[in-house]
Amino acid sequence: MRTVYLVFRREFAGYFSTPIAAVFLIVFLGMATGLTFFVASFFDRAQADMSAFFLWHPWLYLVLMPAIGMRLWAEERRSGTIELLMTLPVQPWQLVLGKWLAAWVFAGLALLLTMPLWATVNYLGSPDNGVIIASYLGSWLMAGAFLAISAAVSALTKNQVLAFIGAVVVGFLFVMAGFDLVLSAVKPWAPQIVVQAISSMSFIGHFQRITDGVLEVPALIFFVSLIAFALWLNVRILEVKKAA
Amino acid sequence: MTLVETRGLVKRFGSFTAVNDVSFSVQRGEVVGFLGPNGAGKSTTMKIIAGFLEPSSGDAFVGGHNSRTDALAARKRLGYLPEGAPAYPDMTVGDFLEFIAAMRGLDAATTRKRLGILVDRIDLAEVWNRRIEALSKGFKRRVGIAQALVHDPDVLILDEPTDGLDPNQKHEMRELIRELAPEKAIVVSTHILEEVEAICTRALIIARGEILADGTPAELLAKAPVSDPDRQRLVKTTPLEDAFRHITLEQAGA
Repeated sequence: MRTVYLVFRREFAGYFSTPIAAVFLIVFLGMATGLTFFVASFFDRAQADMSAFFLWHPWLYLVLMPAIGMRLWAEERRSGTIELLMTLPVQPWQLVLGKWLAAWVFAGLALLLTMPLWATVNYLGSPDNGVIIASYLGSWLMAGAFLAISAAVSALTKNQVLAFIGAVVVGFLFVMAGFDLVLSAVKPWAPQIVVQAISSMSFIGHFQRITDGVLEVPALIFFVSLIAFALWLNVRILEVKKAA
Repeated sequence: MTLVETRGLVKRFGSFTAVNDVSFSVQRGEVVGFLGPNGAGKSTTMKIIAGFLEPSSGDAFVGGHNSRTDALAARKRLGYLPEGAPAYPDMTVGDFLEFIAAMRGLDAATTRKRLGILVDRIDLAEVWNRRIEALSKGFKRRVGIAQALVHDPDVLILDEPTDGLDPNQKHEMRELIRELAPEKAIVVSTHILEEVEAICTRALIIARGEILADGTPAELLAKAPVSDPDRQRLVKTTPLEDAFRHITLEQAGA
């Protein structure tokens, strides 16, 4: 675990040693609150809840999480430091986990900075705080899933732009998995069970169940397993690239 | 004592064969120079020994440990300077070296002791708190050497350690390698011939992925043809350069 922590610490500090952290946090907070107040009309709804805030998270993360995940491996490949890292006496999974944790905690920090909104809702009314806590947790896990996907895609290339685009495309498929846009491409030929399997991968579907305050556990399990799978894939990609 | 050994190393990238049946061994106390034209397979061979790439067939051993099946044990005994001396540009020299030491599992006391020695020997004190992105090429290369030496390994694989250094820095780097040599097995790649004469106890000439010659610099010199007096007048070449050209061009059928 010491190795994982060392990788985590270096990577996490890396966000703050460049303007990336500041730019990301400003953009994230700006967009998250902008969408909540102006697009979802937070005040006009006159409801003491935060659904107008969480509603946008899948879309927000679709673009912003690849932006913080794209550098994780592509940057190492481009600069050659991956040769240092992969020739240290450590296991690849320790590197993969450490890097992903750094990005995930960073995303958590961004989420934490939106807490004043929660305080405001509590000041204005009496929301169901249990649902809000579950929503924050769900949102963070969903961010983790986007990041694990971004990290795995990032391990494929030394080009950060490609890593970003690839992660957005894969993320988009997961976000839209429950919608006709994706399903209609599969429906005509695939058996019903495949169509159902694909639609059950929907980020929006799972996240909505969490923010609605129903059926939280299966949705949480979904995001955790997806994270585990993407991290495993990341390790495999690193190993296969060695032999390529 | 054999510290580095390769047996029938082959590496293909698609249909391109970068390394073709490379076998050699390096004993403690030897400094072996990998000599060859650009794209000869020097770096690829080094990457395989370091465990960054897996060979298509054949095996590499570091301190008796297979770099593929017993990778962690092999890597513990190895210090590796990749081509271009990559390092994290956003870290300071001190943070970077401490990070590498910690990742190698050194405890705080050992780290302090080792870094103390290296800072003195490699002259890093004045840049200790500077970010790596702000360093000159010479200092960057020295940081790369320092990270390879942090754990005092038996085996050093140095890919073009003097590339891009000015003559004084080159001289210092060669002094350092010579000083380390008796305790370790060192493999150095270069395309600078004078370097081989200056520091290597043995040279391997590699071209198109194959070892063409293996011997002491003096033995290689013996293979040089008698210099063509006409050419001698136009371009001044050293005997070793003639030997190198003779061996590598002969294989190409030129």
